Amino acid sequence: MPAVGMTAGSGLVCSGVAKRFGGLAALDGLDLRVGPGELVGFVGGNGAGKTTAMRVVLGVLAPDAGTVAWDGAPVDPATRARFGYLPEERGLYPRMSVLDQLVYLAELHGLAVNAAHRAAESWIARLGLRAARDTEVQRLSLGNQQRVQLAAALVHDPVLLVLDEPFSGLDPAAVDTLAEVLRERARDGVAVLFSSHQLDLVERLCDRVVIVRAGRVVSAGTVSGLRADGGVRLVVEAPGAGPGWADGIAGTRVVEVDGPRTVLALADGVDEQPVLAAALATGPVREFRVLRPSLVELFRETVGTGR
Amino acid sequence: MRARAVWVVARREVRTRLRARSFVVGTSVSVLVLVAFVLLQTALFTGDRDTRVGLSGQANAIAEPLVREAASRGLTITTITVRDRADGAAHVADGDLDALVTGAPSALSLLVADSVDQDLRGSLTTIAQREVLRGLLATVDTETTPDEVLALISDTTVDVHALATPDTQRTQRLAVALVVVVLLYMSLLLHGTMVAQGVVEEKSTRVVELLLATIRPWQLLLGKILGLGLVGLAQLAVLGASGIVLATATGVLSIPWTAAGTLLWGLFWYVLGYLFYAAVFAAAGSLVSRQEESQAVLLPVTSVLVLAFVLGFGLLTRAPTGAAAGVLSVLPPFAPILMPGRLALGVVPVWQVGVAVVLMLAAVAGLAWAGGRIYTGAILSTGGRVKLRAALRVG
Repeated sequence: MPAVGMTAGSGLVCSGVAKRFGGLAALDGLDLRVGPGELVGFVGGNGAGKTTAMRVVLGVLAPDAGTVAWDGAPVDPATRARFGYLPEERGLYPRMSVLDQLVYLAELHGLAVNAAHRAAESWIARLGLRAARDTEVQRLSLGNQQRVQLAAALVHDPVLLVLDEPFSGLDPAAVDTLAEVLRERARDGVAVLFSSHQLDLVERLCDRVVIVRAGRVVSAGTVSGLRADGGVRLVVEAPGAGPGWADGIAGTRVVEVDGPRTVLALADGVDEQPVLAAALATGPVREFRVLRPSLVELFRETVGTGR
Repeated sequence: MRARAVWVVARREVRTRLRARSFVVGTSVSVLVLVAFVLLQTALFTGDRDTRVGLSGQANAIAEPLVREAASRGLTITTITVRDRADGAAHVADGDLDALVTGAPSALSLLVADSVDQDLRGSLTTIAQREVLRGLLATVDTETTPDEVLALISDTTVDVHALATPDTQRTQRLAVALVVVVLLYMSLLLHGTMVAQGVVEEKSTRVVELLLATIRPWQLLLGKILGLGLVGLAQLAVLGASGIVLATATGVLSIPWTAAGTLLWGLFWYVLGYLFYAAVFAAAGSLVSRQEESQAVLLPVTSVLVLAFVLGFGLLTRAPTGAAAGVLSVLPPFAPILMPGRLALGVVPVWQVGVAVVLMLAAVAGLAWAGGRIYTGAILSTGGRVKLRAALRVG
């Protein structure tokens, strides 16, 4: 766990953000923080409020209640100009060339003309868009349009990156490039918040994960911390064991039985060795291991879908 | 930072427009239409419109010979019997009649508004002389020598009265006024529509989400309106100036300085009219999410412009000094097209110009406020048409 970004008030802090659309509460007191140099995964089912939260952070939507602060001060337009945004609904000027588009957006974010040109050229090269440099965006493949959209979020060297589903629609090579870029940005001290349904990616990339449901954060923390909170599970494969072999072992509970394989949940602080002894008493033991829940399982448990 | 964002947006609009092939084509087509229009108008002014001649009292006797005589000179005449001289004079004054003929056939008197058609005058003279000759022949006066007869006949002319001193510049002024009206109408319609299309494009491609994460809605809207407005102003100035130079060089126009003054007034009114209509076009455009839907919301706005154009055209050619022209040229939706046209004719009291400018500025301020509110409220909502009231509430 990185030491950066954890001091109070530095980076992005949303507190108690609420937003209603008609009768529907899209955000219901959302608290969220992303420190400098931190990669935070934003996870939740469809309609949980991830996109609305991001739009509030970017000032595209005004919250009904709550505050959005950067480095301890309420976010104003000058601060927002230093944020980078990849919206869920991608959109660029279809008839503008890649270079013109990026230079324009960099200038809108406050870069001077020359700096804007340099930054645009450098991101075009970095994201493999050299051949498309002078092509109208509408003539590009969808994959390349995605790259331009990503460059648009990065071109002004933002202090905060807010990316809504950045990995959707990317081929594996592009996923790796983007993951590398995000890691590098975070290493340079940029605060990164991104949402994704690809939980394995979130697990691999993120320092912290924030799980939202119905406009509220239901779980937040480091991936390893969340997994530890999920408790310890044991997988035991003992072909000779009859039904109910594990009943009566103090502090355990059978979660799942699948043929010779049994999954047990252990209460906090319970030793796993008595379980092994009980299993061996029934005959041979082929497998005995501690199972850490994956983010997918954690997500299912927290959000309450799936099983 | 704030002003800079507006400038960056405006610069993009200017560049995009100047690079677009449609702009070059559109400007060329405008020039062609303008040339065609001038030619058509010239043809209409000198063309075969019926000359309406009122006949009073004894003069009614010459109705038939007058039509025949004029026809031989290529002039088509319609004769109308009027009650008396005063009645006929009133009709001449308000333009119903082109001329009024009174008196006995041998001593005709002609009343016109300002200048007299030479064919009409010639026809009447011929008729009067023929009448005098007939009288002389009838008396069979042998004491009169042939030379005296000829002298008597050539002394017979038609007495011509004009209600006003002839204005030789009037036709040219009218042509200039109509050209200004056409140019302003086309320019306002073109660039107003461009504003709406630009707004719809940004909304339908969703690029607006990215833009509004960086700048405020008013900066985006103001930049767009300024950029397109500058392009329109430059286009209008170039078209107008080259038109004046061209027409003066070819001898069509003999009042270049009056025309230049008219062009300056036209540019001034273009700025006011563009700000007025651009605010409305932008608000209308922000209500729809797709380019295909835009036609429906733009129709009411373009209709007002078309109405202003049609009214302006009609009033300027028929009654530029009338009450209708006076009232309409002061009202904001019509003033940007009508007022410069009337100014070109030189028939506007100063106070009317003042009132028109003040009303226009007030309307621009009000529309900028309302249009900005609607735009802000509607620009980010997707999926179908936004209700005007909902947009106003959110904005």
